[in-house]
Amino acid sequence: MKRFSEFIRGIKGGLPICMGYLGVSFAFGIFAVESGLKISEAMLISMTNLTSAGQFAAVPVITAGGSLIELILGQIIINLRYMFMSVALSQKLDKNVNIFDRLIISFANTDEIFAVAVSNKEDVGKSYLYGLIITPYLGWSIGTLIGATMGSILPHDAISALGVAIYAMFVAIVVPQTKEDKNMAFCVLVSVILSCIFYYVPVLKSIPQGFVITICALTASMIFAYFAPIGGDCSE
Amino acid sequence: MNNFFIYLAVMAVVTYLIRMLPLVLVNKKIENKFITSFLYYLPCSVLSIMTVPAIFYATDSKISAAAGFLAAVIFAYKGKSLMKVAVISCVVVYIAQYLIKMTAF
Repeated sequence: MKRFSEFIRGIKGGLPICMGYLGVSFAFGIFAVESGLKISEAMLISMTNLTSAGQFAAVPVITAGGSLIELILGQIIINLRYMFMSVALSQKLDKNVNIFDRLIISFANTDEIFAVAVSNKEDVGKSYLYGLIITPYLGWSIGTLIGATMGSILPHDAISALGVAIYAMFVAIVVPQTKEDKNMAFCVLVSVILSCIFYYVPVLKSIPQGFVITICALTASMIFAYFAPIGGDCSE
Repeated sequence: MNNFFIYLAVMAVVTYLIRMLPLVLVNKKIENKFITSFLYYLPCSVLSIMTVPAIFYATDSKISAAAGFLAAVIFAYKGKSLMKVAVISCVVVYIAQYLIKMTAF
């Protein structure tokens, strides 16, 4: 029953992601309907895309009747980071993960699912990954539905508090790794500084958020890969 | 809004291809030290960029968000699970918001 226990371990790993997604997709549901999309359309976007920044960016293009080129370029720029995450995830997969599994798993390779998957010490198998994916997917879809249908009814304080869940989860993934590795701690520090620069400095802050993540993460990771490569002396 | 399904298909396909192609095409272990090191740093870098400063604007007030952030850092440092850290942080934010409201009156 190794498979089953791995599946359950995946479910457990996915639950906090599911909780965080409820808050974010809820906001997306409200946003989409307020922008003029139907409830069913908001749902369909969430169920076929599973990407927060990309979805938020696409809604105004759709409702304004923008060009497909504009939509495609926007999605590529905002979602470019997933390309690197998929490469990283490919290095973490067990031998039992075949091409069909890869076709399915890649659909759900979000920032959060990726981060939890690669934070495992050992390679991950398909049972674990399917378990990991299932509740966040449901949370993302159901959260969108709730936001789109009754955004104004739910208690505002509770939703506001839920907004922090996804970030708290990120903190819970990052902090233990910075404790173990000083270079990682510095890398996080540099990443945060870059992120703040792009958030507050005029001109820079008008760059789409998804793209900012790509630029900053590439810069910080490359600097540290060059000056502090893993598994060797840092004098390369 | 007849075009909705065209938009939907285009954005879904673009997003999917970006994620799918590398995962299907890269099926060997990468040996290059620079690339493996880069992939080692990438996840934490992405997550910290997404968290700071965005977390401070995720709730109704920067103060409650900062309280939630601090709680998350402390309990994460103590090695608590993702679920525990997420729940504790939400509860701290909720309480902080309650206290802020109380003192406002």
